[in-house]
Amino acid sequence: MEVALIGAVLALILSLHPSSELVVVLPAADGHVGTVVVERGAEVLVLNRAYAASRIRAEGGPVAEQLSGDEVQRTFRGTLGALPAQPMSFLLYFVTGTDNLTEESRAELGRMLEHLRTRQAPDIVVIGHTDTVGALESNDELSLQRAERVKADLVSQGIAADRIRAAGRGEREPIVPTADGVDEPRNRRVEINVR
Amino acid sequence: MRWTIALLAAAFAAAAFANDVGQIKTVKGTVHVERDGQRLAAKPGMGVRQSDTLVTGADGAVGMTFLDNSRVATGPGSVLEIERYNFNSTTHAGEFDASLKQGSIAVVSGKMVKQKPGSMRVRTPYSVMGVRGTEFVVRLD
Repeated sequence: MEVALIGAVLALILSLHPSSELVVVLPAADGHVGTVVVERGAEVLVLNRAYAASRIRAEGGPVAEQLSGDEVQRTFRGTLGALPAQPMSFLLYFVTGTDNLTEESRAELGRMLEHLRTRQAPDIVVIGHTDTVGALESNDELSLQRAERVKADLVSQGIAADRIRAAGRGEREPIVPTADGVDEPRNRRVEINVR
Repeated sequence: MRWTIALLAAAFAAAAFANDVGQIKTVKGTVHVERDGQRLAAKPGMGVRQSDTLVTGADGAVGMTFLDNSRVATGPGSVLEIERYNFNSTTHAGEFDASLKQGSIAVVSGKMVKQKPGSMRVRTPYSVMGVRGTEFVVRLD
């Protein structure tokens, strides 16, 4: 009885005070491997290969280990499974002087909506832009109108309005820099950032 | 008049998001956010703020996306404090300090680390990790 109690107390203390640390660097979706530097006091270990690991036990410094992808998946399945989807950006283009999407971009809007429906609690920012045709002030207005129009399209398709912010940047941020008064289809756009 | 309304609307939107540095996207099992001495049940779509502590139960896991597009998840039995977070969306300069007190974490770094390697740090009772790029996991046993 007493032994069981002491055991339970010990287990509790151990669970509250971790006795080892494992750090592993993973390859990104595109295969790129980054770098993590593990420091304990003066001891430093640099991890920069796929599944390179650092293990620290009790009083020691970081010790290098090499794990496999399978081992990492097994050990961290519950944690990795909770990572949110990667943020994404989309571009939609407009018919000159209007807030009407080009035909191609209407199709792209449909694909974007399908994607949005697969995301949990999407957080959407729509930023409208214009080319340099027309006055600065009217382009400010037109860029916001484009963003609001896309927002309205998303809301009409069932995306919650309070998850979407719309803003206009006028002709200030062209993708293709041009002189004033130039009709440039690639600058007549909204950028949609989804987190 | 139209502009006044647009500006007011923008100000309101900004106020609602002003203190949020990220957002909870995935919740599994029991997850709480400790904020200003209160214990809030975590839900997808809920904002995350500087000084928040995220606590997951034995069956829990939570995933968050931050303003610089960095992503962080903690697994079962974890305690994670967001000690400091700031990010300038124009220059991409920022600082992200998080403290893992128990459990496990998965990190995919974002724009601030791309702009300045080392601007994100994760502390544990054992070590300090400087993040110079992309993905890693940590587990305390």
